[in-house]
Amino acid sequence: MAMTRTIARTSEWLQPHRIVLIIVAAAIVLACAFLMRWDWLPAYLPLALQGIWRTIWLLVVTAALGITLAIPIGFAQAAGPAFLAVPARVFCTVIRGTPLLLQLWLLYYGLGSLFPQFPWIRESFLWPYLRQAWPYGVLALTLSYAGYEGEVMRGAFAGVPKGQLEAARAFGMRRWTAFRRIWLPQALRRALPTLAGETVLQLKATPLVATITMVDIYSVASRVRQETFVTYEPLLLLALVYMAITGVIVFAFRKIEARIPARLG
Amino acid sequence: MRTLTDIFLSASAAGLAELLAFDPPGWGGNLLRGLLASVGIACGSFGLGLLIGICGAYGKLYGSPMARDLFGLYTTIVRAVPELVLILLLYFAGTDLVNRLLTLLGYAPVDINGLIAGICVLGVVQGAYSTEVLRGAILAIPQGQIEAARAYGMSPILQLRRITLPAMAPYAIPGLANLWLIATKDTALLAVVGFNELTQTTRLAAGATKAYFTFFFAAGVLYLALTLVSNIIISRFERYSRRGMPSVMETR
Amino acid sequence: MKTFLKTAVAAAAIALAGTFSASAEQVKVGFSPEAYPPFYSQDSSGKWGGWEVDIAMAICAEAKLDCVLTPIPWDGLIPGLKTKKIDAIMNSMSITAERQKEIDFSDKYYNTPTSIVGAKDQKFDASPEGLKGKVLGVQVSTVHAAYAKKHFASTAAEIKEYQTQDEANQDLAAGRIDATQADQIALDAFLKSDQGKGCCDMKGTVAPDLEVLGPGVGAGVRKGDTELKDKISAAIKGIRANGKYGEITKKYFDFDVYGDEVQSN
Repeated sequence: MAMTRTIARTSEWLQPHRIVLIIVAAAIVLACAFLMRWDWLPAYLPLALQGIWRTIWLLVVTAALGITLAIPIGFAQAAGPAFLAVPARVFCTVIRGTPLLLQLWLLYYGLGSLFPQFPWIRESFLWPYLRQAWPYGVLALTLSYAGYEGEVMRGAFAGVPKGQLEAARAFGMRRWTAFRRIWLPQALRRALPTLAGETVLQLKATPLVATITMVDIYSVASRVRQETFVTYEPLLLLALVYMAITGVIVFAFRKIEARIPARLG
Repeated sequence: MRTLTDIFLSASAAGLAELLAFDPPGWGGNLLRGLLASVGIACGSFGLGLLIGICGAYGKLYGSPMARDLFGLYTTIVRAVPELVLILLLYFAGTDLVNRLLTLLGYAPVDINGLIAGICVLGVVQGAYSTEVLRGAILAIPQGQIEAARAYGMSPILQLRRITLPAMAPYAIPGLANLWLIATKDTALLAVVGFNELTQTTRLAAGATKAYFTFFFAAGVLYLALTLVSNIIISRFERYSRRGMPSVMETR
Repeated sequence: MKTFLKTAVAAAAIALAGTFSASAEQVKVGFSPEAYPPFYSQDSSGKWGGWEVDIAMAICAEAKLDCVLTPIPWDGLIPGLKTKKIDAIMNSMSITAERQKEIDFSDKYYNTPTSIVGAKDQKFDASPEGLKGKVLGVQVSTVHAAYAKKHFASTAAEIKEYQTQDEANQDLAAGRIDATQADQIALDAFLKSDQGKGCCDMKGTVAPDLEVLGPGVGAGVRKGDTELKDKISAAIKGIRANGKYGEITKKYFDFDVYGDEVQSN
């Protein structure tokens, strides 16, 4: 029974034109493998793995920090008093209204060129960190994620039905308990499908940090291109790596979504 | 110990007006030219993206199984690969391919200038997203309207012009507005291939004057102004496209 | 659908061909749009000038070529040359064996020593021992990057690669790196600027390595484009002989940047 169903599903998926497509794709892959230059690959493999690790690290850290910031920013806009809602709104508008590349350069080259004018910064314990590139990369990407997700969370908080909150109050829950047990989980559940897409966008933003000397997978690929003068192959491989990571993100979010009961009030 | 405001004031008081003046030796004129170039590319790529999007949405909804899969492949790949990588790939490989194609067809190879290449590259990226937006919008049109048009014997083109496009506009505009804002900001990525748009001119001005903070800040203000002006125009459009529809509450 | 696609492609190709018909005589000289004084710099009206611009124009005039300067980022120059985006590179690109595998070079038109500049408050020299534990900045895919990786990688704490030399200078002034290695003339110009005067001084010239640093700077042309190559080489000889070269050089330097006279290869 189960087997016939799998066969039926396979045949549905494997229509004649798909077979043609698969053959064409296989031909392209083979042509790429044999007609293009891949001799550089073994020499750069350790560096590439390190780069992939750096990219994933950057994505996970900035997304985690970003969402932690986005929750209060979204909540302030949805239900906060004006003196919190207005700055949160301005923050989101500014972040969403300017290119990330510019924000990154403003932080790294702009702010970075102001620091040396303060001797106390150069003498502080923070200086060894401030001299490096990664704090600026992490900061810029975190703020960007917080800005976009703050907007998503605003909608999510606002979308939780009033009755739920009223019921919580009727149960005698204190405001913090009601927020923690009712409001936040429901808002997160609502935001989850959007967050998956936004996290893919965040992944696609990470290569920008290569312009401030951080060594992620993108900058490894540029280095291969520059040192070996092989133009397209590293870029193709790079595209493949990003597609694989995107696949993992989408898969992970689907797993998380499936674990949360879908019924919404 | 100097405070931040000191730095800003020392940089701003006399220097700022001079640095940002419109005529040389000020760099303001350059920045505005860069902004104009950015807006130009954004318009071009958004328009091209819209064209691709309409074809893509139709292909995905009504096309042959092959067309459906091909468009599906296109949107999946473009939406999974960073724009920066796509720009590099299409900018170098794309022009190379076009020239080889032309040579095959018997034409002389052409020089595709940076502006056209930039527009095409960002247009292809935009096309993938607008395919999805428009597909969703077409699906949101009540089925009866399209059936009625068909019953009246309208040709597919007429149907598209008179029924589908106007009827889907209110559903598509929020998504497309978002895409337009992305288009304006994605032009900044062309700085990496050396195209003379706002971010690149800013970088050059900052490098020449060493006033990095001032110039990046000024460019940020210009981008933000572009976004805010766009928002005003978009809300007008939205109101126009919703004319005759019952007023809906916002999502909140 | 198929025919539609075909017509669309053909129409697009014809449209492109119509708007941008190539004129055969024009020689597109590629350079990267970044401040690299005194060789290349942009004034606030958006015009490019500098010693190398003047020399490039003088070479073109001597060879009776109709040259247009075409901006392409540094790491795209060689790919751009190979894909015919540009026809020649005149951008302080040193003649090296590595690059000669990909493109051809004219005779050199200048050659200057390679030096290291570092922060004033640190005393060290331009040797592997001197750079022990230092963070060294170089511009990507330059002879300097290759040299630094070969000679300093084992002793220096880190070798940071920048997209432009200007950004490396900026980070040196900001105290993010301890030293930068580049062409001596470019570094001299930096040290004379307000920013360079305050922070940094010359640490010395690096030990010669002809294999990596090459015999000087030449104009890059496509492999096999001997006609253009010979024209440019002849024009370089021409402006050296008729005094034009000296005249331009005098405007920028108080010495001859051509270096040792060498026989053309």
